[in-house]
Amino acid sequence: MFKRLDESPPSTVTVVINGRSVVVPQGESVAAAVLAENIGHTRTTPVKQQPRAPFCMMGVCFDCLMVIDGIPNQQACMVQVRDGMRIERQHGSGV
Amino acid sequence: MKENYPLVIIGAGPAGLAAATVAADHGVEVALLDEQPAPGGQIFRGIEAAPDERADKLGPEYLRGEKLVSAFRNSSARYYPDTKVWSLSEQRDIGVIHQQQAHMISAEQVLIANGAFERPVPFPGWTLPGVMNAGAGQILFKGSGIVPADGVVLAGSGPLLLLLAWQYLRAGVRVKAVLDTISRGNYIKALPKLPSALLVHHHITQGLRYQQTLRLAGVELHNGIRDLQAHGAESLESISYRHKGSNHTLETDSLMIHFGIIPNIHLSQAAGCDHFWHKRQQCWRPELDEWGSSSVKGILIAGDGGGIGGARTAEHAGRIAAFRVLYNLGVMNQQEMHLEAKQDRKWMKADLRIRPFLEKLFRIPESMLRVPHDDTIVCRCEEVTAREIRAAIADGHSDSNQVKFYTRCGMGPCQGRQCSQAVAHIVADQTSIPLQQSTQFRIRPPLKPLTLGQLASLYPDETE
Amino acid sequence: MKTDVIIIGGGLMGSSTALQLAMRGMHCTIVEKESPGRHASGVNAGGLRQLNRNPAEIPLTVEAAKMWRNIESLVDSDCDARFPGQLRVAENSDDLDLLEQRAALLHSLGYRHEEMIGRKELYQLAPALAPHCVGALICREDGYARPFHALTAFRHKARSLGVEYRVNTIVDGIEREAGNWRITTRKGEFQAPVLVNCAGGWAGQIAASLGEPVPLKPAAPMLMVTERLPHFIEPVIGSASRKLSFKQMQNGTLLVGGAHLASLDFHKEKSEIKWPKLAVSARSIMALFPQLKDVRIVRVWAGIEAFMPDNLPVICKSSTAEDAYHAFGFSAHGFQLSPLIGRILAELIVDGTSNFPIEPFNITRF
Repeated sequence: MFKRLDESPPSTVTVVINGRSVVVPQGESVAAAVLAENIGHTRTTPVKQQPRAPFCMMGVCFDCLMVIDGIPNQQACMVQVRDGMRIERQHGSGV
Repeated sequence: MKENYPLVIIGAGPAGLAAATVAADHGVEVALLDEQPAPGGQIFRGIEAAPDERADKLGPEYLRGEKLVSAFRNSSARYYPDTKVWSLSEQRDIGVIHQQQAHMISAEQVLIANGAFERPVPFPGWTLPGVMNAGAGQILFKGSGIVPADGVVLAGSGPLLLLLAWQYLRAGVRVKAVLDTISRGNYIKALPKLPSALLVHHHITQGLRYQQTLRLAGVELHNGIRDLQAHGAESLESISYRHKGSNHTLETDSLMIHFGIIPNIHLSQAAGCDHFWHKRQQCWRPELDEWGSSSVKGILIAGDGGGIGGARTAEHAGRIAAFRVLYNLGVMNQQEMHLEAKQDRKWMKADLRIRPFLEKLFRIPESMLRVPHDDTIVCRCEEVTAREIRAAIADGHSDSNQVKFYTRCGMGPCQGRQCSQAVAHIVADQTSIPLQQSTQFRIRPPLKPLTLGQLASLYPDETE
Repeated sequence: MKTDVIIIGGGLMGSSTALQLAMRGMHCTIVEKESPGRHASGVNAGGLRQLNRNPAEIPLTVEAAKMWRNIESLVDSDCDARFPGQLRVAENSDDLDLLEQRAALLHSLGYRHEEMIGRKELYQLAPALAPHCVGALICREDGYARPFHALTAFRHKARSLGVEYRVNTIVDGIEREAGNWRITTRKGEFQAPVLVNCAGGWAGQIAASLGEPVPLKPAAPMLMVTERLPHFIEPVIGSASRKLSFKQMQNGTLLVGGAHLASLDFHKEKSEIKWPKLAVSARSIMALFPQLKDVRIVRVWAGIEAFMPDNLPVICKSSTAEDAYHAFGFSAHGFQLSPLIGRILAELIVDGTSNFPIEPFNITRF
């Protein structure tokens, strides 16, 4: 589980994570936003349907693949949040 | 984005920023390409945007980045953030995605400054949600002010473990334990390197200060741990390890792991640069001369991507490479180049004195690198286990690329970045062919995700 | 060491030949310069295609198709073979004319495995296809397999019958001495009465050393593979007028070929991807499957294959040397033929003649 430090609030945007509206700081990565929301796993794997979550946070491991605005296999750690963005857990190869 | 630049630098960490600033200040048109939305690399991630209170918790080494970034911002270097490099050829054609658009640009000189990433060391349970690289934890902290909610465990080996634990403490995060694999043998082997390391004592004194602070705060610090495992059904519930001959279990929902860092060599491999296995750093790195020139004409490498030296060394190496580029481009003569690089060489040499000590002390046990537990997933993408890899080798698929063909290990979206090292260690172990003679996964572009639509948009005049 | 037959090249052709010879009781040694499947046999697109073959190859491809249907009985593995059919799609009336001529030619030769289908059936078979297509030529029995798995299966079976593989063994010299071939390598000397050249891209060098040089050109066709996608298409899709072969593999990835060539430094065995040509391939996909615009390419590669000027292989007894045989130059479409090629060579070696019409593949045609 993660938490946000109690810092002077930056400007924010509203995104929809697994159907729920969430206010998050502008400019942060989708992976950071979903980790702070503690949604558990962010995808299941295509081969063995195992739960996974962001691992490297720097675009190397491809474990943070999510469905962003309807497009599967997006690296959540390499995409910045945008107002109105829809972020969904990815099941397998992106169904 | 133009089609051609005299100098393209890839990566906006300390090496890239320093090099870009020097080159631009000498009137060279330089384009600096970086994947991230803001400059600083991983080490100074979020340096421009981090609120003061957060930057303060991260400590003085982090704050050093401010100067570097502001000098770069004040230079005339062209900066392309959110820009991924998906191919680099021997002729210095550079495939780029900038603002979702694919481009193919070229450069007279290319400086690769794309740094390092954390050494992937597969162990049971390392794929569970809740297990994360310590560097990733630090990125969350630096970039977003996000920290573990409670009772984090840090495990593995390397100075980052202590640093991150110290930073977490300053942020009021409860750290349950810091577990390092450093053995007594490592200490003994590192000891002769200590006097030289003490010449750059700030590193050592920092490390000692972190330890002391952590001890005073009641954090469990253990060295010589073995057989780290993560357990849980849907996510991490506990970890176990061996220490001094007995088994221990700790309940936690957050494990940060770190086993040192290794050069990110996909670009230099793609460009056809020569590489070698570096025994002391336990990784492959490119063959470079004293200026950072690779074996391919016009391609230079600076910073951790050329061999692990840390942030300060990267900064010096970036400047030294920039002077070489200025010479190659005819901006400087040989004498000027040597003269300009002198100061950086001196400081870099001094800074590197710590390395032999760190390399001995934090050497990862070979027994861990060869993935002893058969059920451990080695390839996170294609979910290939150590057992399957060993079976493939036993079946006659006796090098990394054959293992890849046969098991699909390394064929997923990460393109082998997370498994190539482990596969190489397992192959070396099973075949008794030393690592330095073994073959690595052949690099297959695109190095970063390129969509069919983006590819289709390139070369519009080309026909069948 | 002494053996009955030395086969140069441990890829599919060499392994298939060794397997068939071993089944007939001969002892074979395969001399492989690297590891089996390093080039064409391991990195090809795995197409099991009868569709659109040169008429000379049709008798062979039809028999090979039967063997693939029953491949498990030969090599104890199904090689992950699937038979959802292969299509050549027509996008306009010119395309349609071209395909109809082809169908007519095939029928005039007495074959029925390729047939025209109309728009309606095309979209039943491939509903994901862009809506502008007008028909297709189909071979319903065609499909694909996984090349490296097929090679491994052939190799296992061959080894179980006593075939020896000498890998990482480069041939330095070939000599004929007192009714024996003597092959020298850095890893020792091999002797056998019979020699088989299945050396793929390097077969031209072997043929030359037997005194019969051939205009073989090694080249590296490019392939690309995408991330996994939910299954959306069954048959393999080709095009009447585009260089394209497109299929969704067993695991959901898309494999795209089209015979566009990488630039190749043959001596260094290094190929460099030609992105302009792949951009053309990508545009072809966009034309036929515009919904795949955002699909990510995971990997692009090019393996070395042997091409002949007429794109037909060389399958014959040597015209200059005694007890030497060739099977090479399959020009990037040998995978499907491979089970049969072993049989043909075994017939040539053991019986002195083959039951199949292989005259068009004689080395003397150049």
